[in-house]
Amino acid sequence: MTATTSRAVSLGEFHAFEAGARRFLYLVPAGAIFELDDAAAIVIDRLSGKSALLDELAADLLQHGVSSQDARELIVELLEAGVIVNGHRSAEAPQSPPSDFPLQTLVLNLTNQCNLSCQYCYEFGADKVATPDGKPKFMDLETAQASVDFLLAQSGGRRTVHITFFGGETLMNFPLLKQVVAYANKQVAADGRKIDFSLTTNATLLTPPIIDFLSENRIGVTVSMDGPKELHDQLRVFSNGRGSYDIIEPKVRALIQNHRTRPITARVTLTSGVTDVVKIFRHLKQDLGFHEVGFAPVTTSPNQLYAINGSGMNRVLEEFHFLANEYLEYALRGEMHGFTNVSDTLAELHQGVNKSHPCGAGLGLVGVGPSGDIAPCHRFVDSDTHALGHISKGIDTEKQAEFLRRGHIGSKYECHTCWARPLCAGGCHHEAFVRYGDTGHPNLHYCDWIRDWTDTCLRIYGSISAGNPEFLERFAERRAS
Amino acid sequence: MKHLRAVNKKAKRIDDFVAAREGDVVGLQNPSPPTPPKPHIPMGCSLMFSPGWEVDAAGGTAGLCQPVERDIYDCYVTCYWPAQVPDHLNNTPDWTSKCATATKDWRNLDLVFP
Repeated sequence: MTATTSRAVSLGEFHAFEAGARRFLYLVPAGAIFELDDAAAIVIDRLSGKSALLDELAADLLQHGVSSQDARELIVELLEAGVIVNGHRSAEAPQSPPSDFPLQTLVLNLTNQCNLSCQYCYEFGADKVATPDGKPKFMDLETAQASVDFLLAQSGGRRTVHITFFGGETLMNFPLLKQVVAYANKQVAADGRKIDFSLTTNATLLTPPIIDFLSENRIGVTVSMDGPKELHDQLRVFSNGRGSYDIIEPKVRALIQNHRTRPITARVTLTSGVTDVVKIFRHLKQDLGFHEVGFAPVTTSPNQLYAINGSGMNRVLEEFHFLANEYLEYALRGEMHGFTNVSDTLAELHQGVNKSHPCGAGLGLVGVGPSGDIAPCHRFVDSDTHALGHISKGIDTEKQAEFLRRGHIGSKYECHTCWARPLCAGGCHHEAFVRYGDTGHPNLHYCDWIRDWTDTCLRIYGSISAGNPEFLERFAERRAS
Repeated sequence: MKHLRAVNKKAKRIDDFVAAREGDVVGLQNPSPPTPPKPHIPMGCSLMFSPGWEVDAAGGTAGLCQPVERDIYDCYVTCYWPAQVPDHLNNTPDWTSKCATATKDWRNLDLVFP
């Protein structure tokens, strides 16, 4: 120790936050969360904005009544954990996953056709990336079976794989969905593995037999739905402009009533006129009975009428805060609240993720279009520019490597000083392409928003860790997808 | 760590990592911290009559039911207490020939140069 007392130390990279009356650190880029005791807090305060020599620091702690032995241990501890650093230490970007990273999830776009004409749709709207001309509109059985075989072959040693059915409107090709479930179940049974299914639907085509099938086969269902009638019908319309709420409302109720094997989730797209998050949540959770409700602002170039402007996003954030606080009250009582945006973030905070890429697109997850083209995810399906190969030939590893190189946090320079990067990693590849014309561009239009939201969730996490730590155990297992 | 409470899983991994760097390797220890590390004194000495253990119940060598030098013989012949000793089957079958009584003659156990 004596040999190093003349060395200067300064604060490492972290985001400090408080929850209850306790002080915490979110260490970047590790993604670790530590609670500070009083002595550690003294060091953090002392070093805020300036560096200090180790012996100055020790003297300071002594003045605060910390014994010299304890001060020494504390400083070593803080150095070891990287809370304080000796000289300048630049954080390394997380390593890239290995090039033979096993596939876990396949998103099958069973059709690119839809019976709704939602104006904001990324597949058909003004910002679409898909180039479906001349390609099949419905996937055939041969392509679907080849896709299942592809998933099983490319998933390495994973014991459980996942297929998500997507569209277009997924249920417009329900006959194929049934065949795929039967085929995939047979194939995994042969080699003793498990498969898990889910689907996203606009709910217009749900019927009692379909609901029974989904329940019997434990198929998770996400319904795209934007809230009560006056909000839902603003943009989720049929081609004649008529809203879809009245059609889907009884079907959604029947789905929630009769599909008992998996939680039913609503997925809300927020747009300029649809930002009343609390009202939407109340309707979907309490009135209709969804188990979970998740929200995402519409993906769009900024000039679209339905794009949410800055003040709209602030309103969304305020409403998110309200629901987040409500979530905390539920969690402290050991109850699930149902606001997916908090659960998902808490799950990642609990693991302490440090992402090399914002999501699994092109890595553990790929999308397959009706033509058999492989895309990084369902959002890029049917786009010639973004295709990563064809199901008959497999993934074009050069294109995949290029996509992943662009999307890696290491190549997003604006992110390198941001404390929220372990979770965000620059944000959605598709959103980046729509906004900036480059899948690897950081989504700079929502940085402040993401930091605010991450801070909110950190404080909730800290409060739960103090008040009801058992609640966090439900996040102990990584979600399968 | 004493002043930082690891809250999430990643923090616990850092905690373990730091503990592993600071801590010594102590054979046959249990339980792991927070109980401070100390030599493990196994049960069973008095039953086995061939202790093999380096320390007695007080942590010293005075109270062993057999002298510590007895260990050497157990390593060599019975492999009861594995340590590096010459191989008595093939290369050095007579390593203990000058050591009739380990407590008295242990100095006669010499190094072996292959």
